[in-house]
Amino acid sequence: MSDCISLSAGGSAQVKLELTGIGKSYVRDKRPHLVLDGISLHVREGEFVTLIGPSGSGKSTLFRLIGGVERPDAGTIRIGGRDTTGERGHISYMPQQASLFPWLSVAANVASALTTAGLGAQEAAALAAQWLERIGLADVAGEYPHVLSGGMQQRVSFLRALLMPRDVMCLDEPFAALDALTRADMQAWLLRLWEEQRRSVLFVTHSIEEALTLSDRIYVLSRAPARVLREIKVPFERPRRADVWKEPAFVRLKEEVLELLRSTAAR
Amino acid sequence: MASRTLLQRFWLPAGALALLVLVWQLICKLGGVDPWILPAPSAIAHNMWDDSSRLWSQVWFTLRLALKGIGLGIVIGVAAALLFHLIPGVRAALSPIIIITQNIPLIALGPLLIVWFGFGLLPKLILLVLVCFFPIAWSMLSGLGQAEPHLREYLAMIGASRWEVLWRLELPASLPSFFTGLKLTATYSITAVIVAEWLGSSEGIGHYLVLKSKGYDTPGVFSAIACIVALALLFYGAAALLERLAIRWRPGRQAAQGGRSA
Repeated sequence: MSDCISLSAGGSAQVKLELTGIGKSYVRDKRPHLVLDGISLHVREGEFVTLIGPSGSGKSTLFRLIGGVERPDAGTIRIGGRDTTGERGHISYMPQQASLFPWLSVAANVASALTTAGLGAQEAAALAAQWLERIGLADVAGEYPHVLSGGMQQRVSFLRALLMPRDVMCLDEPFAALDALTRADMQAWLLRLWEEQRRSVLFVTHSIEEALTLSDRIYVLSRAPARVLREIKVPFERPRRADVWKEPAFVRLKEEVLELLRSTAAR
Repeated sequence: MASRTLLQRFWLPAGALALLVLVWQLICKLGGVDPWILPAPSAIAHNMWDDSSRLWSQVWFTLRLALKGIGLGIVIGVAAALLFHLIPGVRAALSPIIIITQNIPLIALGPLLIVWFGFGLLPKLILLVLVCFFPIAWSMLSGLGQAEPHLREYLAMIGASRWEVLWRLELPASLPSFFTGLKLTATYSITAVIVAEWLGSSEGIGHYLVLKSKGYDTPGVFSAIACIVALALLFYGAAALLERLAIRWRPGRQAAQGGRSA
């Protein structure tokens, strides 16, 4: 595991997700509207990469392409070193809404996602139980999701994505619907869990602080049609401190990203 | 809160019903209404008591026939809903035909079925199934299509198969609609089974009704009606009970969506 850290920092670890020249347009009012204009980016093994951009910059569209729900008009998507353009079933996913199935217990929600990823039913149930215990949710494992608070539902949703044996985890604004305090708690929790597990993550957020706190690298996207405006390496060491936002470099980077987003929104 | 609900849900309707029966009784006794026109509730109860063993055997026959019809109706209704849902084009092609079958009056269809299939069990079952399958198929079909979009999107993103989407999402999501259909079916099935027995049977509460009606035995007719109403309530109650046993997550559905701010 410690190898991964140094390798990802050095930039030579295996590339888990690679997008090359992704283009996508939709027809609206009988005219094609370009949404993604030649997006190229990558996520290395054990790397936490964040996409940040103005709302409506096509981040969700990009996720649907990576998930294989839609096909890009141009470009290729490689996951785990293989061309998977338009193929489903190569990523695990955590959406903005927890999206737990109301008729399944918390444990069954986790386990059923694992069986979709190819695990046997018994193995999936055992893994779900073991990990719910580990993150302190053992006593609600048998409950229906509605008894859980929003933050707890998102923990279950994250666990479900973490345990799926897939090359890349895609997290689509997972904390956007939470209040500020719960959100800060969830960021610290996710950071701790992720730094233990070191999965390859592609994360979408609107929050610059969130991006700087969690990520190894950040891609700043322009407004639609989206292009990569800048790639930013986040210089803070791992394991990352919860009060990293107090560092002068943090403030400088935050201003830099804010300025980029302002300039693209103003045009 | 709970006691208020119990008052509203049970004691108010029960009290209104009791009052109705009391007024009926008083009108018959004090108003001097001829018992051949409208028998008093007490006279009906007396008649039911006297004829109880015969009524029981007739009700039992009707109950079994209705259960056979509902059982087949459920199987065919669910199968039809799945077929319509899973195979595009089938719905568009067959909907008009199915709606036509629902618009033919039972009174017209019954004699035809007897001409075609005789006086046995088969024509009665066909009539029953035609009535029973429709509410289930139609409600469930809408339920299958109304599964929550964000859950559908989640399953698509993790690469779930069509079969998994059906099994994990669409079928559980359609259960509330299925039970809405089942409760309708439970009520309609009693009407249908009475018509079926009326048209051609030598047994059942529908047959009993015909006999009493032709003999101008008004207390007998009301006894049959009381049994039919009791059967309909029993079936509806059974369907509602099954629903509560099967759908235990429903109280939290709203909370599951609203709980994100907690």
